[in-house]
This record gives sequence, structure tokens and C-alpha cells, in this order.
Amino acid sequence: MIEEGLKSELQKQGVYVTTLEDLYNWGRANSVWPLTFGLACCAIEMIAASMSRFDLARFGAEVFRPSPRQADLMIVAGTVTKKMAPLVVRLFNQMPEPKYVIAMGACAISGGPFKQGYNVLKGIDRYLPVDVSIPGCPPRPEALIHAIMTLQEKILAQKLTGPDRPRHLNADVPGEYPVPAYGEHDLEPPMNPEVWHPPAIKR
Amino acid sequence: MQSPGGAVGAKYSLGMNPNQHPYLVLVMLIALAVGFAVGPLALAWAWARFFSPQKPGQDKNAIYECGLESKGDAWIQFRSEYYLYAIIFLVFDVETIFLLPFAVSFTSLPVGAFVAILIFMLLLVEGLVWAWRKGFLVWK
Repeated sequence: MIEEGLKSELQKQGVYVTTLEDLYNWGRANSVWPLTFGLACCAIEMIAASMSRFDLARFGAEVFRPSPRQADLMIVAGTVTKKMAPLVVRLFNQMPEPKYVIAMGACAISGGPFKQGYNVLKGIDRYLPVDVSIPGCPPRPEALIHAIMTLQEKILAQKLTGPDRPRHLNADVPGEYPVPAYGEHDLEPPMNPEVWHPPAIKR
Repeated sequence: MQSPGGAVGAKYSLGMNPNQHPYLVLVMLIALAVGFAVGPLALAWAWARFFSPQKPGQDKNAIYECGLESKGDAWIQFRSEYYLYAIIFLVFDVETIFLLPFAVSFTSLPVGAFVAILIFMLLLVEGLVWAWRKGFLVWK
């Protein structure tokens, strides 16, 4: 591991040094391939972000893959109904690791304006480990680009070794998340307690 | 023919004279190209093999990639009675495509072409008669 001071001193002399970790993270942060996957109106903004006006290609994230086998990033763009939730989790399970989730818009975060609906999941973070949440109804394409940049910063900061290394490098952590089943009144289980940590309200 | 640069070339090509081996450059280029293609793949394989543990699972190994679980078997049998649909399609769709240019150039056609199209129509009308006799055209 090289010290930051020595690194900057070497850079002044025109010598650039890096670590394998930085190189690896730099490579995968700039080639995040999202899954072609839209659920509601947020997907229109996602499509707009990938088109020429907003040009998501500048961040290496324009290669929307139609198969989960080739995707790194799931942009949950829109309302997740309880009928759709198992499919979303199953698609996420089929993505190869390392994989990331962006919850785009109020619906994907919390159910949004449809939160009171009997058939609406109150946030995809009940089942999937959301990395970045974008507020908005729907968020502008700039907000999605900001989320991609935030995700890139998150990827760049990940350590490849040690106890807090990402899931995909830890053989003990399972790669699949339990898929909820259709119950009589709700999805069963209604949330994944390993993933969902709602903030405790302090009064 | 011995070129003036032959001696220099022999010095830098491991004793192989490029004039004696005119395809040496091509071989080297092919080796470079294959290395350029295989190298990153080998690196990716080595990385996945030594650093990234594989985690197969029931969902990940599933064949269907649309989120739903596949039902039943992909090896289903089609009923052989569908050949009647194929005959009717030929009679009423494919025949029309051939009849239109036939009708447009009818006056300038030789006798052989006229007879040929008549035989073609006769074959298809035979199929129509067949389907009719089978009761396939009756709306049930």
C-alpha cells in the first residue's frame, strides 16, 4: 500500500503509481452496465438519460443490457407492485456479482404517491440492498446521472480485501436474495430483515 | 534478391532473414492479434478464478431470464393437423402473390408460362378441394 504523500510527490515528478485495487475499481466504476428494465413513468426519464441529449454514455453506463446475465446495475425505475416484486428480486438474483441497485423515484423508495395502495410495495429496499436512492416524482435525467456518479464514487471507495469487502468477493455471503411469494394478503415474507433496516423514529 | 537491409534485418529477427521468410511479418501480426484477443480474456478468467468466488444458485442457474419462473417443458409437440392451415395459407396468400404479376403481364406471356401457372393453380386448387372435402372450411 503506497502512502498518499509519496504518491503525490511522485506525481509531481511525472511518475504515476496506482494499486491493483484502484485500477480494478476504476475499471468497473466506469463500465457500469444497467439492466434494461423499467416499471413505470420513471423509466421514461431513464430512457431520456440514455439518449443523446443527456448522454449517459459519458459515464460508461449507456450499455443497457436486455439480459440480467450481462448487467451490473439494476435501476428500479417506477412503482413496484406486489405482483412484480418477486420478479424484480428474481431478476436481481440472476445478475452476476458485483451488482448494484439504484432506487429511482419516490415509488421505488417508499411507494410514493401510491403508498396507500393495497397492491403497492412500500419501497424496494425491503427486499434488495439499495445503493443509491433518487428522490423525485419522477426524477430528472440529471438526477439519474448524479446517482450514477454517486454509485461510481461508492465503487471507487470499495476495499477489495478485509472484513468489509464487497459481497462478491466474500465467499461466505450468499449471492441470492430470498424471493418473496404471493401470500393471502401480502407478500410472504413482507420484507427481508437482513436487508431492510428502517430508521427508528425518535420522538 | 538480396536487399541492402538484409543484414540489418537478420540481426534483429533472431537469425531469420525476412527475405527468406516473406510471411514472417504476417505470422508476427497474427500472434499479436491473437494475444491481444486472448490476453484480456485470460486475465478476466484468472481474476474470476482466484479472487471472485462463484455463487451459483437456483435463480441464477435458471434458464428463463424474464423474472418469471418457467413452467412445463420446452419440448412440446405440435399437432400434425396443422398441415391444413399451411395448405390454406398457400392457397389464399402465396397464390395471390404469384397471381398478381401473372395478371399484369398476361397479354405478353408465352403459352409455356400460361400452362405453368395453370399447373401451379391446379396444384393449389387441389389443396383447397382437399381441405373442403375434409370439412375444414365449415365454421363450427
